[in-house]
Order: sequence, then C-alpha cells, then structure tokens
Amino acid sequence: MMATGQQPEVLFWVGCSGSFDDRAKKITKAFVKILHSAKVPFAVLGTEESCTGDPAKRAGNEFLFQMQAMANIEVLNAYDVKKIVTACPHCFNTIKNEYPGLGGTYEVVHHTQFLKSLLDDGRLTVEGGQFKGKKITFHDPCYLGRANNIYEAPRDLIEKLDAELVEMKRSRRNGLCCGAGGAQMFKEPEPGNKDVNVERTEDALETQPEIIAAGCPFCNTMLTDGVKAKNREHDIKVMDVAELIANAKDL
Amino acid sequence: MSYIDNILFVILLAIGFGYFAINVKKLWRNIKLGRSINRFDNPGARWNNMAMIALGQSKMVRRPVSGALHIIVYVGFVIINIELLEIIIDGIFGTHRIFSFMGGFYNFLIGFFEILAFGVIFAVVTFWIRRNVIKLWRFAHGDLKGWPKSDANIILYFETVLMVLFLTMNAADFHLQTAGAEHFIKAGSFPISGFISPIFGTMSVGTVMVIERIAWWLHITGILAFMNYLYFSKHLHILLAFPNTYFARLDPKGKFENLDSVTAEVKLMMDPNADPFAAQPAPAEGEVPAKFGASDVHDLNWVQLLNAYTCTECGRCTSSCPANLTGKKLSPRKIMMDTRDRLEEVGRNIDKNKGTFVDDGKSLLNDYITPEELWACTTCNGCVEACPVNIDPLSIIMDMRRFLVMEQSAAPKELNGMMTNIENNGAPWQYSQMDRLNWKEEL
Repeated sequence: MMATGQQPEVLFWVGCSGSFDDRAKKITKAFVKILHSAKVPFAVLGTEESCTGDPAKRAGNEFLFQMQAMANIEVLNAYDVKKIVTACPHCFNTIKNEYPGLGGTYEVVHHTQFLKSLLDDGRLTVEGGQFKGKKITFHDPCYLGRANNIYEAPRDLIEKLDAELVEMKRSRRNGLCCGAGGAQMFKEPEPGNKDVNVERTEDALETQPEIIAAGCPFCNTMLTDGVKAKNREHDIKVMDVAELIANAKDL
Repeated sequence: MSYIDNILFVILLAIGFGYFAINVKKLWRNIKLGRSINRFDNPGARWNNMAMIALGQSKMVRRPVSGALHIIVYVGFVIINIELLEIIIDGIFGTHRIFSFMGGFYNFLIGFFEILAFGVIFAVVTFWIRRNVIKLWRFAHGDLKGWPKSDANIILYFETVLMVLFLTMNAADFHLQTAGAEHFIKAGSFPISGFISPIFGTMSVGTVMVIERIAWWLHITGILAFMNYLYFSKHLHILLAFPNTYFARLDPKGKFENLDSVTAEVKLMMDPNADPFAAQPAPAEGEVPAKFGASDVHDLNWVQLLNAYTCTECGRCTSSCPANLTGKKLSPRKIMMDTRDRLEEVGRNIDKNKGTFVDDGKSLLNDYITPEELWACTTCNGCVEACPVNIDPLSIIMDMRRFLVMEQSAAPKELNGMMTNIENNGAPWQYSQMDRLNWKEEL
C-alpha cells in the first residue's frame, strides 16, 4: 500500500484498537470503505505502526511513552508523512500535541474532521438512508472534546444523516467521561459504588435514543458494555460515526 | 482638639497592613518552593484569560445561579471598597465624608454602594442557605468536614456583618444629617439605610453619634481583620484568582508535558553511536539528581502551588469528576486542599527551623494523597474544564503517578501488564505486531 514512490494524500493511523479489537476493527473497515468510495489515496503503516504510547504516558511511564513516540516518529519521518488521520482520539491527541516536542510535526485530524472536510469539498455525499429520522445521541470523547475543543465535526456528520440528534444533559465541554481514559481501559476500576461507563450510559439512555454514536474505540467498548449492563442491547446500538456513514451509503 | 482618634486609626492601619504584609511574604516564599516553569510566554493570551475569566467571571456563570449570586458579591466588594479610600482619609485626617465635594456624583455613588451592599447581603444569605439548609451535594461532600466547613461559613458571617455595619453607619449618619447635627454635613443618598434610620427616631443626637462612630470603627476594623483572615482561609481566591488565571496553562488540555530529563535519556538509548560503557558525567557540585514526577510539594511547580492557594473549595471540579461521581475516593478538590495543607505544613516547618526545611518524614504522597485516589483518575480533564479560575488538579495527579511508576515501579498490576505488552509487541494487548494489518483481509 505504500513505499511505491507515490505520496498518499493522508496516512491513516489505525491504532491498536482499530488493528486488534474485533469491535474496533469494524470501525477501521467502515472508515476504509468510505475512503475508497471517496477515492482518497491513503496509506497505512501496517506492521510498522506501533502504540503511540498514550496509555503508558497517562499511566505515568514517561520513559516508555517517549521510547514509543521516538520510534514512531522515526518511521513517520522516514516516509515523509505530512498529514495523519486517525479514528482514535487518544492517538489523535498524542500525535497532534505530544509528538511535535519530540521531533514529529504533522497535520493531524480526527476521522470525523476528515470526513467532514470530504463532505464540504463535495468528495463525499451522504444521505440519511436507514438513519433518516432516527434518534441518535452523541457521546463526546474526552480527548476529542475537552482535550482539543472539537465538538462540532461529529455532530455535523450525524445531522447530515437526517437523523434527530439529541443531546445528553452532560455534553460538549461538560460531557462525562466513559471511564476508559488515563489507562483505565486496561485495569479494573478502584472501589466505588458504580462503574463510570454505567453512569454515562444512563445519561445516554435518558435521551431515549435508538443509537448512541461515539467517535472513539474505547468509548465504544465502554458504552457497549454499559448498554449490556442495562439490558438494552436488543434495542440500542452503539456505533461509531464512521460506521453510521458507511451504513448510510450501504458500503 | 484631640488627635487621639487619628493616632489610634493610624496604629490600627499599621497593624492591619503590617500583619498582612508578613503573611503575604510567607505566601510568596511558600509558592516559590515549587520548581520553576516558564509561564511568562504569550502575555496577550494570558492577559485575555485574566480579563475574561477572573475579571469577567466567564467560567463562573456557566452555572447560572451560583454565577449570578457570585457576581453580586464580587462586584459589591470591589466597588464598595472604593469607599474604603474615603474612610481611610477621613480616619487619618479626622474629616467626615471628604469626597462629598463631588456633589451629585457622590450622592449617586453612596446610593449605588448601598444597593450593592443590600445585594451582597441577599446573595450571602442565599449562599448560606445553599450550604447549610439545602446542603447542595458539593457542599455537603466529605471533603469539607471540620475547618473547611467552618471557614466557608465564617466568610459568609464576616461579609454579612461588614455590610450590616456599613448600612448602620450610613443610617445613623443620615439620621444625624437630618437632625442637623454639627459636623454631619448633608451628603450622600441612602436608598437602603433610609429604611433603617427611623429606628433612631427617639434617641438623642449624642446616642446616635456614638452608634455612628461605633459602626464606623467596627466596619473599618472588620475590613482589616477580614483582609488578614484571607491567608488562613480558602478566601484567598479573591486576590489569587487574578495571577492564577494569568499563569494557567495555555496549551490544549490534552497536551501533557514531555519530561525533558526523560527525552535526554531516551535519545541516548536510541543513538546507535552512543557508547554504552561511557562514564556518566559527574554531577556538578550541589546538583540534586533529577527525580521523576512528584512525591511532595517541592517536586511540584510553582504554578501548581499557586493553584493550591487559589482554590476556594467550591467543588465544581469534584462534581464533574467521573471517579468521584461513581463513589471512588478521588476528589480533585481534595487534591488541591491536600496540596495546600502540606505546603502550609512545610512552611511552618521552615519557620520553626530558622529558614530551612528539616525532613519531617512525611510527604504529600501517602500522608495526604493515597495511590488509590491517583489511580482512579481517567485524565478526562473534567475538573480542569469546570474550575472557574483555571486550576489544574490533573497535572498534580499526573506528576504523582509518574513518581509512583518511574521512581517506585508501583503501578497497579494490570497496568504493568499493559506496559510490558507495549514494550514487547507495541500494543497494550498481547497481539503480534505482524497481525496489525489482518483487518485488511476482512474488507
């Protein structure tokens, strides 16, 4: 897919979830199908990609983070990468904000921003299709929203589906975390009286949605588990914004 | 003519400002115990933050009820304090209402102050009810047991008493002006205290004069006492909110600082030309070996310590914290309160030991903040976003996690597994790097 001498328009950073996790792989495939249908020349690093180091850094292991970061930066710079798109807000935040100080400066966009720009440029058309009139609520990923002030791109995409976008009581900058950030994804929570993902799923259920939309593979997992904990998996789906668009286009 | 009043007043002022200056010096010294960090860049953006967030209260009003009430108290206190200037001049020179030469404008000012004073009493009473009767979640929270709870109420009582004294003073003055008492020239308008002055109706001019003087003296003494109370109270925010918003981080909230000390070592490790057997350069005389992360207040930077003194314990952070909302021990407000308490303890230690800190066998980590609290954080930035004065509890949590992991290898077991996986196969899970592209076959 690469090293053919051609410079792709964008490098798709798949991320560990998108590469290995069965649920997140579906998001990867949906996004790739959209890229193909919009005829976007893109590349992936494939087996040369490695964890950005986000969970290590947020667990406090700055050594491991910087080892990962510098190794990745060497690969990215060797391919002369200019622009990176990723479907994971954690990868997005780390590469965008924390790699420049270590010698890796790229234009980094989240996949919802990239899809929005394809739409704005007329390279991608979206119609409601099966989502027309459906009630969809969007959960803001912390590392997209508060961390980087990106709130509108995913919402703009959902509205393009002619769906009814309903907001949770805690949304945008007040959005409640799904419970996975800061390396929590990889450990059991501390003792408490509730799991964070259940608390957040309750926020979502209050809006009586048919679909809970997410923009992060970790949030996706946490909310899917939350919906199961509430025994609502039969009538509420948790889907990534890229999956909504791919499905609407019957890709 | 006797000058006893004037002399007493000057002595009172000197004691009030002198003691305050001593404590400000201590505050300054304690904040400077923190590591250095450059927060003097980009002054334009910093002034703007200070103007919008501290002066303009833009983050306060995100919660409209407490925001609106707070603005009344804030504006009230700032503006009514203009009159403090007149009180001080009158006190020193034995004049009465020295600014009354401004005529109509003076009347307007005094009237406006009175309306504000009434507003402050209304807001403060509402605050008291929210705290003690309605018992809002963030005020009834376990963080605020003991002194913090009393502190909050003492501030409210102080403010109420000061405003009542101000209005009583005006009411008595108004009564004396109407009675044509000597020295009490007709000046000011009294839209609020006009309703109080009838209670002096049957009293003799002499009695009312005594009441007026008592109220006047108590009012200025109370203000000086309140100013000196600040150092011992969460109420320091009325001063520190301004520098705190100025020196707050400007980067996107998701950007965590890269440790330069680590960068140097990692670069050395990855350099194929580096001689692995080369001797480390000898540390310079008196140089302290770099410590990764923070276990005590000395390891935090001065802005984090300023944050701790600025915190007014409103609890908006804790009420936005996913960990605390689901019953975990972590509370971002407690992180800030603990940091201040430990810093004060270190400060007292320095006072006692003639200017040097003598190890007391305690530290911020473990004695104040437990690892269980630190590991409950999801780094969601909810607390940072919620803080009306841009305090950053998350940066302290992260620095302490770094100490736990890099100095003590004390991460939770599952996280050690995750990190081993990243080291071995470049992913937090045990999958082979060679399988990264498997999804392509499923397209």
